[in-house]
Amino acid sequence: MPILEVKGFKKSFGKTEVLKGVDFTLEKGKVLVIIGSSGSGKTTLLRCLTFLETPDEGAMFVGGEELLRAPMTKGMKDEEIREKRSHFGLVFQNFNLFPQYTVLENLCLAPKLKAKEQPDYKKDKVRIDAEIEARAKELLMQVGLSDKADSYPCQLSGGQQQRVAIARALALSPDILCFDEPTSALDPELTGEVLRVLRELAEKNTTMIIVTHEMAFAREIADHIIFMDEGVVAAQGSPAELFGEQTQNEHLNRFIRAMEQK
Amino acid sequence: MQFWDVVLQLLDGFKLSVLIFAVTLLCGAPLGLPIAFCSMSRNKVVKGISKVIVWVVRGIPLMLQIFIIYYVPGLVFDFPLFGELDTWFFLEFGIQDAGRMIAVLIAFTINYACYFSEIYRGGIESISKGQYEAGEVLGMTKRQIFFKVILLQVIKRIVPPMSNEIITLIKDTALANCILVAEIIKKANDLAATQQLVWPLFFAGVFYLLFVGILTLLFGYIEKKLSYFKS
Repeated sequence: MPILEVKGFKKSFGKTEVLKGVDFTLEKGKVLVIIGSSGSGKTTLLRCLTFLETPDEGAMFVGGEELLRAPMTKGMKDEEIREKRSHFGLVFQNFNLFPQYTVLENLCLAPKLKAKEQPDYKKDKVRIDAEIEARAKELLMQVGLSDKADSYPCQLSGGQQQRVAIARALALSPDILCFDEPTSALDPELTGEVLRVLRELAEKNTTMIIVTHEMAFAREIADHIIFMDEGVVAAQGSPAELFGEQTQNEHLNRFIRAMEQK
Repeated sequence: MQFWDVVLQLLDGFKLSVLIFAVTLLCGAPLGLPIAFCSMSRNKVVKGISKVIVWVVRGIPLMLQIFIIYYVPGLVFDFPLFGELDTWFFLEFGIQDAGRMIAVLIAFTINYACYFSEIYRGGIESISKGQYEAGEVLGMTKRQIFFKVILLQVIKRIVPPMSNEIITLIKDTALANCILVAEIIKKANDLAATQQLVWPLFFAGVFYLLFVGILTLLFGYIEKKLSYFKS
């Protein structure tokens, strides 16, 4: 059974129809890469998955459980959305680290707030907090930033900030980790370190959805690629299928050619 | 009259200036927050009412607002709210006619709350949407996001405009003399009238200068304290 199943997502902003019925599935431990030109609806799709937007139509299942069935979802309570959202992590294009907290605090803030809501937190406060911090340090080691635990985001390079953001998303152990163009805001020389972290996550069978413009990287890391065009899945398949026979879909061909020329 | 007699007289007046300053700050700064939230409300009626109040309060001279609050209840409704009142609190400060002082405090608090609310609104709206969204996808509640993520960033951004407004406030307290509250300018004016001394009026400026000097140092310190992060 797929861990994620999306059926018929539609979303309009005013009169602009951004998603015109998007379906796809994702197996546990696999990497799904979404490519497509700007305005094709990739980011909106990710935002719908992470409940930052509510689709107008469609349904979503995680591990067989129905998380969302639009338009009923419109009236969902914050509490309910928080619960459902916890299946997903999201790494933003421009990191969105919390500037007033150190790297370690950025990682620990949400897990600690979550722990505080548990009824037996007070009894075990010291142990639970220590566990959260130990896990955060472990994640920092994983992204190669152990020495930056006490730095503030403004003291880090873009690539380092994005690695912190990835660790922060991982700290909550989401089932599916989403990336919205994780290297688009970075200088070319800094993208490598972020892509390396993503590769390592893929090797550890982290379930990921990555929106990216890095074609070579997409080809290398993806188990499955979706090409989005004008709000629909215009083509999909394994990297070999999509990049190999570039004959079926003219838009895809043109897109890949354009990206390779860059 | 000896120099020190004059200084003591002025100091007596300045105590009231500082009282108006402190009460306005302590009541107006918190009151500005709900006004700011109303101005940002999605409810159009709430937002509209809030915007109109801010427009009126910022649009009319503070001196006129003091007159309105002090005289209108008595003139229009024949109900002089702020007539001859004595309360222990004001007697402590040597204020016999507490009604005038209360009217001044109300006018100042409302006036400054409106100015503060606009500073808060600007500060809150200047925080990028991404900060809220990052908090949301990390499973934080709206409340947690505001208090744990947004607030300190807002405070950092509003320190310079707030310090500006607060420095203006101490000098605005001189307006209280329009309904004969015996703050420092009133005291100095009285000295000019009764003792034929003009210099105390100019000397009163020294009190303001010293006070503003201290405020400037304080705000400089706060800005420095918050300079450890960029937002």
